[in-house]
Amino acid sequence: MDAPAATLGREAPLPEPADLRRLLPGVEPEREIDDWGRSERVEALLDRTVLDFAYRYWFRCEVEGIEHVPAAGGALLVANHAGALPPDALMIAKAIKEEHPHPRPLRITVEHFFRGYPGFSALMPKIGCVPAHPANVHRLLHDEQQLVLVFPEGRKGTEKLYKGRYRLRRFGRGGFVEAAMRAGVPIVPVCVVGAEEAAPVFAHLSFLKRLTGLLYVPLTPTFPHLGPLGILGYLPAKFRIRFLEPVDFGPDHPWEDKAAVQMAAHEIRARIQRELWKMLAERRSVWLG
Amino acid sequence: MAGVRAHAQVEAGVAKPHESRRVLITGISTYWGGRLARALEADERIETIIAVDSEDPSCELQRAEFVRVGNQHALLRRIVDAAAIDTVVDTRLVVDSATTTPQAAHENNVIGTMNILTACAGPASTVRKLVVKSSTHAYGCEQDDPAFFTEEMPRPHAPRTPIERDIVEAEAAVAEFAERNPAVCVTLLRCANVLGADVSTSHTQLFSLPVVPMIAGFDPRYQFVHPDDLVAALEHAVEHHLPGIYNVAADGVLAFTEVCGLLGKRWAPVIPPWGTGPTLAVLRRLGLRIPPEMVNQLRFGRGVDNRKLKATGFTYAYTTRETVLKFAEHLRLHPVLRGAQEPYRYEREVEEFLRWSPSVRDTEPRLDPFQVRELQRLLASYVASEGEAAGGNGEPAGEAAGRDGEPARRDGDRAGDGAGPA
Repeated sequence: MDAPAATLGREAPLPEPADLRRLLPGVEPEREIDDWGRSERVEALLDRTVLDFAYRYWFRCEVEGIEHVPAAGGALLVANHAGALPPDALMIAKAIKEEHPHPRPLRITVEHFFRGYPGFSALMPKIGCVPAHPANVHRLLHDEQQLVLVFPEGRKGTEKLYKGRYRLRRFGRGGFVEAAMRAGVPIVPVCVVGAEEAAPVFAHLSFLKRLTGLLYVPLTPTFPHLGPLGILGYLPAKFRIRFLEPVDFGPDHPWEDKAAVQMAAHEIRARIQRELWKMLAERRSVWLG
Repeated sequence: MAGVRAHAQVEAGVAKPHESRRVLITGISTYWGGRLARALEADERIETIIAVDSEDPSCELQRAEFVRVGNQHALLRRIVDAAAIDTVVDTRLVVDSATTTPQAAHENNVIGTMNILTACAGPASTVRKLVVKSSTHAYGCEQDDPAFFTEEMPRPHAPRTPIERDIVEAEAAVAEFAERNPAVCVTLLRCANVLGADVSTSHTQLFSLPVVPMIAGFDPRYQFVHPDDLVAALEHAVEHHLPGIYNVAADGVLAFTEVCGLLGKRWAPVIPPWGTGPTLAVLRRLGLRIPPEMVNQLRFGRGVDNRKLKATGFTYAYTTRETVLKFAEHLRLHPVLRGAQEPYRYEREVEEFLRWSPSVRDTEPRLDPFQVRELQRLLASYVASEGEAAGGNGEPAGEAAGRDGEPARRDGDRAGDGAGPA
């Protein structure tokens, strides 16, 4: 028998969800790192040195609809994803920090492959990234009532080439809707314009991918010919982030209902896609906005 | 199934007590067996404590009876039947492969568990409760793990190291036992890594090094449990009706570098992320033993959800951070105290004399050796300050030590030299 028993024959019932929330470990004020590995010190350092500059001067982010991000309680932010090593997640987190009347930390879900890459594995949790596991998302949304950002396109979003920009890929299997319904939190769709041009992917280098064992090796204006750090060579495209009106499913939505989940996922995808096209139509210049 | 679930109720977040009177502890030679036996000895509701193992007990037993058994389950069955045991606590599982050979670990974990389960099974068995101490190694450490394992989550990948395979196999046997013996309340405690002064594990050894090696580029999340909390959890499981699996791990998950920082140690990312296995083989030659099940933990770390046990009314005395700080205290004290305390050695004749000889006077409640020492020290200082005849006042001290068990007597002798004639 390979898998261990998940249950013993005769089990006591699991604790009530309300109890589970009450029993969460308390915050120890002496600690700099939280239970998920997020380090305030590292985050502040990155914010001071890089993110502030990128947000204000490099990408000149413009934010609309920040009031759609709830000031309290859990919420799932769903955004389009683009770019070789996408800067959009950190810009959305920064936007909430800068523009929201009640700035809140944002948990960014990332592919678990990053946990296997040395360096990334140590850094990503420190800046608020969480491996995209349904259990993680549920605990954050339901038990801890936090803001979570997901990119339902996942890898397919970052892998898409420049010629396919702003065309949303399939939204996974609708797992994000399921997570929000189960946790009883609203979904806030987010549209980001600019990330596609900031880090365009022209091609994939499959031989390097096979050689290095990485998830994918993109060809960008600065990578790989300028060395590994070339992956961070973002072009100064103008960023526009628009938070759309939240979708609230109510507290007791049947999240096991696959059809309802798929339909909701499809609807949210269509809304983001429509809004993206609208934003693109309004945009006069890639660089100046 | 639904009926059974309704039957096993947890009311108002606190589990109902379980009637345990006659307890059998396996693995008394392990630290946990010894600690639990000592803890249960203090509980007057428990009539009988029988401790079995193939090796000597690890600590002084006062009223628990030690029986040396081999691995034959037939013998164990006879003990269980003869003593009408109602509760069996199995603390014997080897969860750190650095402590023994893989063959011995397999023998102990898989065959031993099977034998113990066989001894408890059957319609005629008097056993109504089984508590098994297991490890969070049952979950493994992989990159697609959830950040917090809950008890009902299956392990995402098949085990890769011998010790994990053993643990998984032992747990499967326990689950099968629970399935076949619905009358027995089976509690499985999955305990996180322990960090404590008296316990020697691969982790305590790693953190005792002057510079703590890490795998370069990784900063795993670590959760520990204090030995006192683990013993309390075992005791809690004996005292309460807790069918099912429970994680035992302190509140708070720390980053590895955070642990090193709290311990005041430097860390060095010297183990390469690629070719980790061969490097560790070389380090093993040089004396640094990092067992295979720890390698993935040093890479990915592990956190577990401890709320299910807390919901039954259990409270932890230490958070992970406090556990690490306690261990830091120990590390600072260790160079000073090294060799000050002799390890306990079991001597059968002495134990039997103390238990069964009619010459032993044992009417008073027993005192802790520590309390006796304190008492003697106080008396000695009293004698010195009053300047009275030492003979008159020395006697009670001698008597107090005499009434106590064997260890106290040894202490009494030592202290008696200074205090006066006993």
